[in-house]
Amino acid sequence: MFSIITDHWATLCAGLGYTLMASLIALVGSLVIGTAFALMEISHRKWVRLIGRAYVELIRNIPLLVITMAFFVIVPMFIVKVDGFTAGTIGLTIYTSAFIAETVRAGIESVAVGQMEGARSVGMSYTQAMVHIVFPQAIKIVIPPLGNQFINLVKNSSVLAFVAGFDLMYQAKIIANLTFDTFDTYLAVGVFYLVLTMPLSYLMRYLEKKWVTA
Amino acid sequence: MKLFKQTLAMVVALGLAAVLTACGQDAASRDALAHAKEVNTIVWGVKADTRLFGLMNVKTGKIQGFDVDMARALTKQILGPSAEATLVQVTSDTRVPMLKGGNLDTVIATMTVTPERQKVLDFSDPYFNAGQSLLVKKGSPIKTVADLKAGTKVIGVQGSNSVDNVQKAAPKTTVLQLSDYAQAFTALKSGQGDALTTDNGILYGMSKQDPNYVVVGGTFTKEPYGIAMNKGQTALRLAINQALKELKASGAYTRLVNKWFGDIPGFDAKEVE
Amino acid sequence: MQNFIDAYSQVNLAFLLRGLWVTVEVSVTSIFFSFLIGTLLGIARYVKVRFFSSLVGFLIDLLRNLPLLLILFFTYFALPKIGIRLGVIPASIVAMTVFESAMLAEIVRSGINAVPIGQMEAARSNGLSYAQAMIQIILPQAFKKMIPPIVSQFISLVKDTSLATIILLPELTYHAQIVYGQNANYAIPMFVALAVLYFIANYTLSIGARLINRRLNHA
Repeated sequence: MFSIITDHWATLCAGLGYTLMASLIALVGSLVIGTAFALMEISHRKWVRLIGRAYVELIRNIPLLVITMAFFVIVPMFIVKVDGFTAGTIGLTIYTSAFIAETVRAGIESVAVGQMEGARSVGMSYTQAMVHIVFPQAIKIVIPPLGNQFINLVKNSSVLAFVAGFDLMYQAKIIANLTFDTFDTYLAVGVFYLVLTMPLSYLMRYLEKKWVTA
Repeated sequence: MKLFKQTLAMVVALGLAAVLTACGQDAASRDALAHAKEVNTIVWGVKADTRLFGLMNVKTGKIQGFDVDMARALTKQILGPSAEATLVQVTSDTRVPMLKGGNLDTVIATMTVTPERQKVLDFSDPYFNAGQSLLVKKGSPIKTVADLKAGTKVIGVQGSNSVDNVQKAAPKTTVLQLSDYAQAFTALKSGQGDALTTDNGILYGMSKQDPNYVVVGGTFTKEPYGIAMNKGQTALRLAINQALKELKASGAYTRLVNKWFGDIPGFDAKEVE
Repeated sequence: MQNFIDAYSQVNLAFLLRGLWVTVEVSVTSIFFSFLIGTLLGIARYVKVRFFSSLVGFLIDLLRNLPLLLILFFTYFALPKIGIRLGVIPASIVAMTVFESAMLAEIVRSGINAVPIGQMEAARSNGLSYAQAMIQIILPQAFKKMIPPIVSQFISLVKDTSLATIILLPELTYHAQIVYGQNANYAIPMFVALAVLYFIANYTLSIGARLINRRLNHA
């Protein structure tokens, strides 16, 4: 296993870079899109709510691979050229946005409206109330699920291997085919994924525990 | 429900097997020919994504092609007329680990004999002489491998030696590796790459499926296809070589070549033997 | 439009449905086993047996933090090296079960954690053994709360079976890829069919769960 890591260090690091990049871009993208759809879901207009709901339900029930392949195969045929990395990242973004939308909607609904009113009634300005009262609470609600989504993104980004997206899994397959040493290669790549996800996973658990009990 | 029970047994067996591995007989190293004679079948890894060699027929769910017919003929030649070939789908990406893992007795799947592969596998005598070439959209500016310059993208398949070859022949081009030939051809049609490279026989199959895509530039490598098996399976290798000779002598081999490649324009059936 | 009509020929649809059947088969079997194993692991983690629980916890964390794709690969291609050889369907089921059990164990653990500790104490003081209290008092309450996250996890499981195309499991997505791989005109119709079929499969699962939930709450 160690010879795989030392012999193919550059390849693995390149893969790690693409994995991380795709995950980060998708995190930001899905946050924006997810929040937008969350806001639509709690809109006062019925048809806006309906669109929001339909998007979330549809995307949640279709496999990430199918969404990604659609961007890789269909979009370039008719609309615009997207390469494997882009198709994979867009697929990840759209897929994750449905889950973010659910998280954000639940978060917004759980924040008591009274908090803001209470802060205003003791003489805080709107901005003060937002900065000192609402925002700190909102972050505590949002960070743990977002962290978990990021872990999921890192894991799910392995779908890029299907569309030649140069990620860790794609490089793993290439190394396995070069060395014919499947066992050690996947063991080594597993370690690379764990280096990314394990610390994050423990950090999230720590934050959850700290903030829930506090 | 049968599947339920099987899997339950499987999960239990998994734990046990992990413990008992050291004592168990390794399937990759047992005598594959002796075992094949016992069960009257040979387990072949064949392609299901490659027209002319091994392609899934959507209507029947069966795999058809030259490699598949060869597997059937060789099985009967070795084990007798009552024997049937067992076909298992592989891709370029999965055939070596599956063979080494002992899931297959042997692989007949457009597999070129290369020095790297000979380090980990044994091969029969070549049964088909292909050569690597390029497939492009009609009217493409790419005419030969020399046109693959910086900025061009060429599509290949993971685990095929054509990706290594094209990287050597055209070091500046970007190679995109997909998981099988169906995906690779779809990617070419989607414009993910400027050309698709692999052995000419496979490319002619794609061109036959969609005549908007043509094989260009002749061949730039020699790709002798061999039948692969695990190291040390000498009895099986000799039996396959013997059966190959017999099929060639009886004319059965030529009939199969003509059946699959006889009407392919630009393809010289004489060259492959 | 003609593409759609051609693509949805009887032959192609039958081929897709054969793929769907494998998806369902693998999903249902994996759901059954991962529910069983996940619950046991979740309890093992909750009860805090010295050393054992933390070992289980560590293994669960490892599996939860790896891509399923890697676990699938490993099960099919790497395990044979240590003598475990599985066909493609059992390999998919084993990989899915291993991964989803770890995910479910975490859900079960936090579900049990959410049941007030007084419940256990009360049950014990009424003369129930620890196991009796767990099975009769704690778990039923925990499961009621766990139904929504468990169902989401099962929906993920059904979707994730598509990843097994990488080891050539002849399931729905793989069959669709074969169809459009042979005729690119069928690409759009095939993706539409995939979306519809997966949606139906998962929505059925959600509705089933809703019915179970309602019954539990009435009981």
